[in-house]
Amino acid sequence: MYKPNDLILRTTTSLIAFILLGFSIYLLLAGHNAPGGGFIGGLMTSAAIVLMYMAYGSAVLEKVLPINYRLLIPTGLLIAVGTGLASFIFGEAFLSHTYGYFHVPVFGELELATAMLFDFGVYFTVLGVTISIILSIANDH
Amino acid sequence: MNNLAVLPIIIPLVSGIILAFFPKKLNLVRPLSKIFMLINLVIAGYLLWTVFSEGSVILETGGWKAPYGIVLVADKLATLLVFTTNIIAAACALYAPYSLSDRKEQYYFYSFFFFLITGVSGAFLTGDLFNMFVFFEVLLMASYALIVLGGDKVQLRESIKYVFINLFSSMLFVTAVAFIYGALGTVNIAQIAERVQEVDQQGILTTVGILLFFVFAVKAALFPLYYWMPNSYAVPNPVISALFGALLTKVGIYSIIRVFSLIFVHKIEVTHGMFIWIAGLSMIFGIIGAISTNNIKLIIAYNIIPAIGFILMGIGVFNQSSVSGSIYYLVHDMLIKGSLFMLAGTIAYAAGTSDLRKFSGLIHYYPFIGWLLFSSGFILAGIPPFSGFIGKLLLLKGALANKDIAIVIIGLLSSLLILYSIMKIFINGFWGEKDETIKPVSLKGRIAPIVMLLALSVFMGIGAEFIYPFVESISTDLIQPEVYIDAVLKE
Repeated sequence: MYKPNDLILRTTTSLIAFILLGFSIYLLLAGHNAPGGGFIGGLMTSAAIVLMYMAYGSAVLEKVLPINYRLLIPTGLLIAVGTGLASFIFGEAFLSHTYGYFHVPVFGELELATAMLFDFGVYFTVLGVTISIILSIANDH
Repeated sequence: MNNLAVLPIIIPLVSGIILAFFPKKLNLVRPLSKIFMLINLVIAGYLLWTVFSEGSVILETGGWKAPYGIVLVADKLATLLVFTTNIIAAACALYAPYSLSDRKEQYYFYSFFFFLITGVSGAFLTGDLFNMFVFFEVLLMASYALIVLGGDKVQLRESIKYVFINLFSSMLFVTAVAFIYGALGTVNIAQIAERVQEVDQQGILTTVGILLFFVFAVKAALFPLYYWMPNSYAVPNPVISALFGALLTKVGIYSIIRVFSLIFVHKIEVTHGMFIWIAGLSMIFGIIGAISTNNIKLIIAYNIIPAIGFILMGIGVFNQSSVSGSIYYLVHDMLIKGSLFMLAGTIAYAAGTSDLRKFSGLIHYYPFIGWLLFSSGFILAGIPPFSGFIGKLLLLKGALANKDIAIVIIGLLSSLLILYSIMKIFINGFWGEKDETIKPVSLKGRIAPIVMLLALSVFMGIGAEFIYPFVESISTDLIQPEVYIDAVLKE
């Protein structure tokens, strides 16, 4: 009987998926001063996860990454709206953002902006939406 | 505080997000959705009161000055419509648990319901053409999900048409915004108005205006572009039809009112003259549709088209009296369409079918529903003590002052036929011999929201002397574009 052997696919996936994940985090963090941001970062992360699904199948992945992707959507939205609402506390107009310079060990002096938090919200929403769409189509027999 | 202007958008958005975390826990979701709706209604009422006592509330989001950032403009017209939207949404939230099956409620109904309110409120409050497009998409996405909720065969068929026509018109909208940005270099509505005024609407601007009109006319279901509307509004669940019928087409006509009372007002003989023709044809074709069918839900859905025609006619004539009439009629029509769709759903549930030829004599079992339908027919057609009358009177007075006799005659005749189309349901469905085969069902909880909306309509008619000064001050602001422009740009 024919039995598929996808050794090459699985070996390269374990390598490529981690490069993809690292690159997606880089894109997410670089968005302020270079091309990138929450949207493309989220898409790239979901590409890595979809690649792992293709190589290892859903049974393995559900054990390795036990995440309810559908819950990621409201979580991300809540983070994004929350950054807008936080400006209410300081008596500023809705969606006002601010930034400051902080000394972080290892990295040194860093400029941290609250717009980053909004991007995290976008990142989680995009990740949740993409994987939910792909998985619900894939699991539909 | 200025942030007040964003609250009617943000509260439903956050409510929808919170309810998306636990869609299956219905005994938690139902009371929570009512509480959120009540909070939003109170806030919208407070915003309305603030705007009428202290003037427009302008919010420059993110602290960026007006033409550069996104502004939210809560002026009198927008807040009045946001408040009306919330009243209808509250009635729908009360009606929903009785009308929908548990399974449909569990599939994120309340989240999509709140996202729809977010989109509608946002489209009313925004002061930026591209943001208006974004909020249109928010409400359309939610409506796509609501129209297929349940997944019947007819729903799938009608939703395909609905999605395609709306995608096409959204694409046209983006194109029109691109033209405006190319010609004028801005998407802020107040600044567009200012720049169009500076060049006296020369060159390509009138063409872009008419393109924009056709985009909104698709959303509002006006004469040549209404064919997608009646069926796709008749097939979903009654509570969803009520939301669509009361809110979605009204967002389109609101955009027409906004754009053609503020931006494109310098070539009135071209644009507004065309509106009168389209309004007249909408009335004729809509009412022909309404009297040609025996499906009660379709009768109500077709009745939207002449109503939108009436509102557009007020903009076409464009004087103080007719614009007041349009606004009065707009609010009246939102209330009455919401209640009529719920009423039609209740009748169809009680009779077991929505085909008029298959039932009669319901008055023996449900006298209260029968008389509700009877009085709502009177309200819709505009019989004197009720609210439809005041709006139509102002509209016809305005049209007569401009010597547009043809549209007055069409308006009066179509009012008569609107009355006939509702009375047809009453005569065929409620009169007649007692039908012993009908088994009465309990309509517990379905009546209260309908009565609430009808009572408000009746109040709008009887309390016209109380409401009319507010409507008049809105129309005074509308026919003077400087009021809006100054409020946004020169604070």
